[in-house]
Amino acid sequence: METRVLEIRKGILNKNDEIARRLRERLHACGLLTINLVSSPGSGKTAFLQRTLRMLREARIPAAALVGDLATDNDAKRLVEAGVPVKQINTDGRCHLEAQMISDHLADWDLNLFEYLFIENVGNLVCPSSYDLGEDVRVVLLSVTEGEDKPLKYPNIFNSADIAVITKMDLAEACEFDLEAAQRNIRAVRPGMRILRTSSKSGAGMEDWLECLAQEKSARAAVV
Amino acid sequence: MHELSIAYSVVEIATQSAMEAGATRVKEVYVRLGALSGVVRGALEFSYEVACAGTLLEGSRLVVRELPARVYCAVCAREVELPSVQYFCCPVCDTPSGDLRQGRELDVEAIEVDLPGDERGNALGDEDGNACVGDSQGDSEQER
Repeated sequence: METRVLEIRKGILNKNDEIARRLRERLHACGLLTINLVSSPGSGKTAFLQRTLRMLREARIPAAALVGDLATDNDAKRLVEAGVPVKQINTDGRCHLEAQMISDHLADWDLNLFEYLFIENVGNLVCPSSYDLGEDVRVVLLSVTEGEDKPLKYPNIFNSADIAVITKMDLAEACEFDLEAAQRNIRAVRPGMRILRTSSKSGAGMEDWLECLAQEKSARAAVV
Repeated sequence: MHELSIAYSVVEIATQSAMEAGATRVKEVYVRLGALSGVVRGALEFSYEVACAGTLLEGSRLVVRELPARVYCAVCAREVELPSVQYFCCPVCDTPSGDLRQGRELDVEAIEVDLPGDERGNALGDEDGNACVGDSQGDSEQER
């Protein structure tokens, strides 16, 4: 018997990363911009997505959404009302989505029909940060009811995101939300990050968000 | 808490490499964990034992090497280590930098395995010069 050290140097999430890479290629080939929405539970992801999908539909911009949830299909039911294709991904208690789940749930959709694909991740500020879903843009939501220091408590997810959206701005005053502090904290963990402020209820800031998506889409189209 | 699924992936990767090398047992697994990997060391260590049960890795030791986040500071014109991932500014000149150079690592670096002895010599002799650990007989004297 001999003991030996074998060098491996392999990413633990290689399998997921490889599936995500192939998925991204496939989505790009269809001209889609894919957006992964991450946040803590209750930050307003579904309401934000609902409003986004409704506005896109009114503007005749075709979009679709995949919604991750631990157990229920309540979110998908809410989003169907926006009148766009929506599919629920039930993670059976798992705390995050993985690239394979996205790939599986896209199987029977004709992706050429859509401009945007939204993925609503499981409400969790820890685990989803590690998993590439093949998205182009990772958007982290922070609601005014959560407190300004969330980015400092969960630096990984804020650092891994491309855009931050502060939601429920209509409640900011009632919560004595310190917008400056929140923006400072976001940029402390992710210098230069683009920050949007929205209210899914009043619609404030939503036009900026759609404009931001359009910019991302044309920026990516220029690269491809 | 996704550390259990991370631990299963570690076991899968290590098992595959061990089997390819013809190893009978994995004794140690070396893992690199970046400060921004999103994986909690304690939770991974806890999950590891569960994931190893009934595999070649049963009873093995997980050796975690934690890597701090490092960014490139354009003002200092060099890579600097961040004392905290809550503040992405150069510790020397306080300039913000999001140019991450280290910190997302989440990988298996190496494994230490038991290989069955082979009287005819070192059947698994490796050309790539991997280090031999704890082996009293040098490989050279077994080579004919």
